Amino acid sequence: MLMADAPEVHLVFDRPESLTDVDTHYCPGCSHGIAHRLVAEVIDELEIRERTIGVAPVGCAVFAYNYFNVDFAEAAHGRAPAMATGLKRVHPEAVVFTYQGDGDLASIGIAEALHAAARGEHLTTIFINNAIYGMTGGQMAPTSLPGQRTTSSPCGRDVETMGMPLRMSELLATLPGVAYSVRRSLHNPKNILQAKKAIKRAFEIQIEERGFSFVELLSTCPTNWGLTPSESMTWVEQRLIPFYPLGDYKVI
Amino acid sequence: MHTTTEFVIAGFGGQGVLLTGQVLAYAALEAGKHVTWIPSYGPEMRGGTANCTVVISTEPIGAPLVRNPAVVIALNQPSFDKYEPIVRVGGVLAVNASLTTRAPVRTDIRVLAPHATEMAERAGSPKVAGIVLLGAAVAATGVLELGDIELALDKHLPAKHRDLLPVNIAALWAGAVLVAEPEI
Amino acid sequence: MPTELIKGNTAIAEAALRAGLDAYFGYPITPQTELLEHLARRMPELGRVFLQAESEIGAIHMVYGAACAGARTMTSSSSPGVSLMAEGLSYIAASDVPMVLVDVMRGGPGLGNIAPAQMDYFQIVKGGGHGGYHPIVLAPATVQEAIDLTYAAFDLAEHYRTIVVILTDGCLAQMMEPAELPPMRERGSPISKAWALSGAKGRERRVFTSVHMSPEEGEAFVNKCARQWDVITANERRCVSEQIDDAEWLLVGFGTAGRVAQSAMRAARAAGLKVGVWRPISLSPYPTPELKALAPQLRGCLVVEMNTGQMVEDVRLAFDGRVPVSFFGRSGGVVPLPEEVLEAVHRMIETAKEVVC
Ligand SMILES: Cc1ncc(C[n+]2csc(CCOP(=O)(O)OP(=O)(O)O)c2C)c(N)n1
Ligand code: SF4
Repeated sequence: MLMADAPEVHLVFDRPESLTDVDTHYCPGCSHGIAHRLVAEVIDELEIRERTIGVAPVGCAVFAYNYFNVDFAEAAHGRAPAMATGLKRVHPEAVVFTYQGDGDLASIGIAEALHAAARGEHLTTIFINNAIYGMTGGQMAPTSLPGQRTTSSPCGRDVETMGMPLRMSELLATLPGVAYSVRRSLHNPKNILQAKKAIKRAFEIQIEERGFSFVELLSTCPTNWGLTPSESMTWVEQRLIPFYPLGDYKVI
Repeated sequence: MHTTTEFVIAGFGGQGVLLTGQVLAYAALEAGKHVTWIPSYGPEMRGGTANCTVVISTEPIGAPLVRNPAVVIALNQPSFDKYEPIVRVGGVLAVNASLTTRAPVRTDIRVLAPHATEMAERAGSPKVAGIVLLGAAVAATGVLELGDIELALDKHLPAKHRDLLPVNIAALWAGAVLVAEPEI
Repeated sequence: MPTELIKGNTAIAEAALRAGLDAYFGYPITPQTELLEHLARRMPELGRVFLQAESEIGAIHMVYGAACAGARTMTSSSSPGVSLMAEGLSYIAASDVPMVLVDVMRGGPGLGNIAPAQMDYFQIVKGGGHGGYHPIVLAPATVQEAIDLTYAAFDLAEHYRTIVVILTDGCLAQMMEPAELPPMRERGSPISKAWALSGAKGRERRVFTSVHMSPEEGEAFVNKCARQWDVITANERRCVSEQIDDAEWLLVGFGTAGRVAQSAMRAARAAGLKVGVWRPISLSPYPTPELKALAPQLRGCLVVEMNTGQMVEDVRLAFDGRVPVSFFGRSGGVVPLPEEVLEAVHRMIETAKEVVC
């Protein structure tokens, strides 16, 4: 409440214009919400809200189009980079990003992701790696850790039969079309700030037309990990980060 | 003549809605009846409302879902609001008065509105409020013997809740006894 | 008397396993996931192959490989995932190898929703992949029937070297009913697989291909399939009916819609109406002669589906104008209720009277 005779008031925290004013459906302790906010803040800061087009995945972020206050399309499972390619080729002046989970991007949609990257499409992909399938109830993801128990690897991921997890940031960094490929984490404020910087850089690289930009965010899924929100943050730090080292894998 | 009785059990996820329905379904199986149990499913259940429909019949069951169930067990306010209007005329509505804020409006059905959470606490755990209401609803309809439900609890309570068997049985009877008492 | 309540998805998975399933490949999707999860636990326990593929496209082509290797193999999915399998299904059909597909239909088109639907009747029964092949399609209405049909599906698939689809929906897949599981069968198919790839040790080498470069060769293959389909059509039709003897009005529905029709029929009987129910179990081959035989006694027929009218076309074909056919459907994931089907029965009877006057 603002009163005429009140001392000067500074607004220090507000909803970014690029987020809609609705409650999300994410579980308590899920970091999808943090990632959304960071992307929205970046869109605001770059003043590109009115020329941004988002592409939502199939996964827990399927309703991202309800939360971002920008134009949005919802792709089929894994096909967001292809759909984004179509959008961007028709509107080269638009800023087009995909927002995808690990099942969506690294399993069913890996061909589309690799080829969009290989073509050097001027797209930005935000990759949420929570090492599990959230939406369908906790099955193994291509990024599930060796030995990780999921509902489709009830005795733990056996790398002999199910292979080793994919490290997407490293993999994409090998492709000439990729201008930016980095991994960050969302488990504490310091890392969140670093994640935001990376997201901003990724969007700038798209605007500068340098090539495909990719930000992997280590994320939580307390519901399907069977942990509390705070235990989940610790799990990211103690289990995910050692396997998925944070860092810049390619910066042009 | 064949008889068919449909139950809808609804509440928040985590209130044991689906399990209460399964106990009822297993009890029907114990009693040699035909039965179907069908849950609401999918991600909307996360933290939200859950419900299941149990149909018990003396003949093979056709539709597993109906417009007007004979019995509704409502464990929270949204379920109470949603299902009170659709209980079949002459049917039974068992609602947890501990968690609801208004009185029922229907007069053409039998309403049982005990403070089930407190009763469940007295039986040993607030978690078994659903079983209190189940006891009341089953006693009111007479569709099964309470012994069948005891048997179902004994055989099918998940291993991790095994220690709560006596508490469940106490809750069941606490609910059933309500119905036997003359109505005021 | 069954002593267990079993969920549709689990029941189908366990029945397949007991029928001697050697290799399962799949990808998670609601409302089918418990099927995959059950096999994720059970198959490795028994030393059999379970693999979560990278996608449904991967899964169906893994099945293709396993089928060429002579294994009892299957996959399962739900509508959007089955769309991705269309290519593999066509190649499998073109290679004459046996497999079982379980399709737990949900609301569509597109991502739609996860609620029960029958909107993929055309997709599965009339096509799926390209090239005009015919799969055998079986639609259970109860958990017990799902078990029995799945248990039988592998023998059928291998006998005719064809695709067998168990076509069901989220209602049956998520439902628990009393049901009995069949005994565990010995591993190894009772049917000879002297066509499978295993390495040409001491025999002529074998090749699977769906390429027929010359049109004449292509036509010869297609004609061979057509003759095989005639045999299947003659032998493998399945349907059930209830209260049919004196029925003047007929309700027709498959799977879940068939159960709803059954309830509506009972309510109609209680109101003194001479209504019967006919439920096709094999949707392909369609039990056309069985349905046609009922025509003389009928004054009208109402088809109930969880879509906007697909199987109704096959019913109209069977009756060929001899019986007035009307339709009642709910779609997009809405399950019809017996009360509204009964209302549609009354409308059908009213309309018939108007026509007579
Ligand atoms: C073709 C197809 N296959 C499967 C599914 C089911 N499905 C929905 S979301 C999902 C995976 C979600 O996991 P992820 O991409 O890691 O995202 P999260 O939910 O963890 O954020 C799957 C398999 C689908 N919708 N479409
Ligand atoms: S299921 Fe996991 S990923 Fe999905 S919203 Fe909940 S915590 Fe987040």
